[in-house]
Amino acid sequence: MNTGSARTPKLGVQAASKVYTTASGDLLALDRCSLDVHANEIVSIVGPSGCGKTTLLWSMSGLHRLTSGAILLDGKEVTGPRPEIGIVFQEANLLPWRNLDANINFPFEIKGEKPDRAWIAHLLHRVGLDGFGGKFPRELSGGMQQRAAIVRALALKPSVLLMDEPFGALDSFTREEMNRLVEEIWLDTKTTIVFITHSIEEAIFLSDRVVVLTARPGRVAKVYDVPFPRPRSLEIMATKEVFDLTNRIKMDIVGERRPKAQEQLEHKNAEIVRIRP
Amino acid sequence: MSGGDAIPEFSKAKSGDGQDVSLTNLSAFAGGPGIKSGAEVAAILVVAVVIIGGIELALRIFHVPQYIMPPPSAIVYALFDEFPLIAPHLGYTLVELFSGFAIGAVVGLVMAAVITQFPFAEKIVAPYILILVTTPMLALVPLLILRFGFGYTPRIIAVALAAGPMVMINAATGFRRVDSAKIALARSYGASTLQIFWKIRAPMALPMILVGLMIGAIFGLLTAVGAEMVGGGFGLGNRLTSYSSMIQMPQFFAVVLILSTLGILIYVLFFLIGKKWASWEA
Repeated sequence: MNTGSARTPKLGVQAASKVYTTASGDLLALDRCSLDVHANEIVSIVGPSGCGKTTLLWSMSGLHRLTSGAILLDGKEVTGPRPEIGIVFQEANLLPWRNLDANINFPFEIKGEKPDRAWIAHLLHRVGLDGFGGKFPRELSGGMQQRAAIVRALALKPSVLLMDEPFGALDSFTREEMNRLVEEIWLDTKTTIVFITHSIEEAIFLSDRVVVLTARPGRVAKVYDVPFPRPRSLEIMATKEVFDLTNRIKMDIVGERRPKAQEQLEHKNAEIVRIRP
Repeated sequence: MSGGDAIPEFSKAKSGDGQDVSLTNLSAFAGGPGIKSGAEVAAILVVAVVIIGGIELALRIFHVPQYIMPPPSAIVYALFDEFPLIAPHLGYTLVELFSGFAIGAVVGLVMAAVITQFPFAEKIVAPYILILVTTPMLALVPLLILRFGFGYTPRIIAVALAAGPMVMINAATGFRRVDSAKIALARSYGASTLQIFWKIRAPMALPMILVGLMIGAIFGLLTAVGAEMVGGGFGLGNRLTSYSSMIQMPQFFAVVLILSTLGILIYVLFFLIGKKWASWEA
């Protein structure tokens, strides 16, 4: 996907650190995270809960300011929200007082632009929501709401799409369906995607690379290449390679959080633990 | 939020007899089931006839004198017979209610919108608002009459003082409902503070604003009638004191009937507005 590493990355994260000031003192959420996302690439960020995944994504979007470090979009520093960056939030985040059409027109309203009707119609068709424009969010299922949110995010034709655990609240079947949809859309548009998830399966299915963050403070622990061809079929996802990769990532995340007692137990049962490649 | 692409239960509710589902919203009354059939309408009417007829019958059987409680028929007769004389007073009361409520509501809304933008200022102002909400503004009417005379002015001021804080405290609750994800959404498209206010905060606050307007209007009616009873020679409140002093009880209750109708109209008005504009908040 990415042609040559010498090129400027689409989205560069350089030694990003973020400190939150709370009542009980300062909290280091991100500690010198560095990461390059290349054009047309899908990169997933996984990690234990509270590891700063969402902080990292919100910083990439320009919604959060970093304490130190920089976010570069096409080599230029991101200091605030940018139209080239689209965001899909946790739990669709549709405006409940607007119907689907009005929700999708919302970005254009804010920008004072005319909505690109043909493009929106194409997107709605792509995600299977044609004819639902007059429906209100409460009339739609969780999956349909998140599809509408994806259309809204793509409506302004962003060159980077940031997705913040978009399918975390969906049941597993709907989730797999949504994953296939994201892959289809990517095959269609080749939009650069950064995808935050706590599901390793989801990360591997979607990504060219999976970035593992450590528990708080969030640091980049490891980056895995996911070389499987697309579209990724159920057969590919059932191969030993995928299984091994899943386990390696799982051990990266879980291993780090093992409580002391469990460590001692595992020390005794070292044989069993050595399954880890 | 949960669930796949199964048909949400919403559409099931719709399958009844094509009635609007959003009817079941916003308020306690509306929470009840919508009227479905002729049989239900008939039952409601029968119960009403039995209750009112029963009262009529009981009052006549026991020869209750009219100055204690006039029978419903006498009240209805008085309402029609006396209406040409009462009508101008209804007009005066409505003028007081509308002008006082308009002033109070506008000031209350603007203050709620401004105050909630500055949490620190809100803390300073909060106790005074609470005093304004909890003090019966009727208590100020004698003072207002002393200062402004027996015309419209003291009454309109009293209505505004009664309605304004009610609108404000409820609207402020609405404006305080910050949904950071929705604001982040707007900000991600580069929305200005003003755009965030009109496109996110205001619509989110709307259901609470409507509640505030309804309570404010009903408090306004109460205060208008009360102020009219305190002094001045016109208005429905004045009619109440006048009729009761002359022991014209059927006429007295006819005015009470008009006042309850006004209250119900206020309720229905805001219920319909809420159904149209705030039914998204189920």
